Amino acid sequence: MLNSLLGWLQGIGVKSIKSVARLGRGNIFLWYTFLSLFSLRKEFSLLVKQMYAVGVLSVQIILVSGLTVGMVLGLQGYNTLVDFGAEESLGQMVALSLVREMGPVLTALLFAGRAGSALTAEIGLMKVTEQLPAMEMMAVDPYKKVIAPRFMAGLISMPLLAAIFSAVGIIGGYLVGVGLLGVDAGAFWSQMTSKVDLYDDIYNGVIKSIIFGFVAVWIAVYEGFDAKPTTEGVSRATTRTVVNTAFAVLGLDFILTALMFGGA
Amino acid sequence: MISKSKIELAVGAFVVAGIAALFMLSMKVSNLSGFSTKDGYDLTANFENIGGLKVRAPVMMAGVRIGEVSEIALNTETFEADVVLKLGGQYKQLPKDTSAAIFTSGLLGEQYISLEPGGEEVTLQPGDKIQLSQSAMVLEQVLGQFIFNKAAGDE
Repeated sequence: MLNSLLGWLQGIGVKSIKSVARLGRGNIFLWYTFLSLFSLRKEFSLLVKQMYAVGVLSVQIILVSGLTVGMVLGLQGYNTLVDFGAEESLGQMVALSLVREMGPVLTALLFAGRAGSALTAEIGLMKVTEQLPAMEMMAVDPYKKVIAPRFMAGLISMPLLAAIFSAVGIIGGYLVGVGLLGVDAGAFWSQMTSKVDLYDDIYNGVIKSIIFGFVAVWIAVYEGFDAKPTTEGVSRATTRTVVNTAFAVLGLDFILTALMFGGA
Repeated sequence: MISKSKIELAVGAFVVAGIAALFMLSMKVSNLSGFSTKDGYDLTANFENIGGLKVRAPVMMAGVRIGEVSEIALNTETFEADVVLKLGGQYKQLPKDTSAAIFTSGLLGEQYISLEPGGEEVTLQPGDKIQLSQSAMVLEQVLGQFIFNKAAGDE
């Protein structure tokens, strides 16, 4: 009885120490990455290559999901608003929910699934095939060659992807609202422009997407770097990237929303 | 494997598309293009009760948006609300006896300030105070009065 209780306590202790150690390694990793970001100016072609892998290849899924999310928002919002005779507010509703919440959050989740998992698997496999130690043997800093370009590419791509998502979503809402359901086009845009504020809404949305991008790419790159160099280790790290990014983004989103929009 | 120049081209297109999307959000979706207070000027007005008026509520004249509410504060001497209106620079010729009233757009809509021009030759200067003001209609008060009158009439 006592032994099993002690064993249980010990299990908690092991888990806590492991997670604190992981957190610490993650932060040290982040610090080294920051330091190596400065040398990125000399490695511009590496950054462009990663921008292609992380950003350009994610555009397709962002376009499709942005458009459908905007269209669905238009449809569902219309059903509720029409009861109050306020269907002209559809533009405002679609734009605000996209710019403030859906754009940054959904883009970060899609980004983790599309680009983050690929980054983790790629870096993890480099570790399995011992490319990272080989680089160190040749006095090439893997932080500068491998980590920094991927990190920076994610950091730049996320806000751009989120902006594309929101813009396409608003167009989707417009297509359904004005084209299909017959909301007046002028009222759609004028209600939107009168209620969406450049600083309060759009800039805060951009800040959100920058923070989410930072978190998502940090998790993705770190999980790859920290993966056990086995086939199973890489697959687990990839799963952890997607799951942890989702947790982190959703949790952070609540805090950021409370800070940005909670007071008023 | 795609050639290097194609990758560069795609990345360039991606960055331009992202920035264009940001630009569209800023210009087309937000209120940036709608009304600019850059060369605007301030007027103040006192109200006994501003109801649900908020900062950035529109200021209208004859239904045309000519400015917005930039500041709301309670005057601790008169216990009235001091409201600062920021009007567009092209609307400087308002008569001195212009009056301000707080109305609601529609039954459930937002509240806004409506300016009613007077007939004087002298115009309001930046920083001037609008002398005539009409408070917001608070629905509870109106209902209360109505019920009170009804009850008094029944006797």
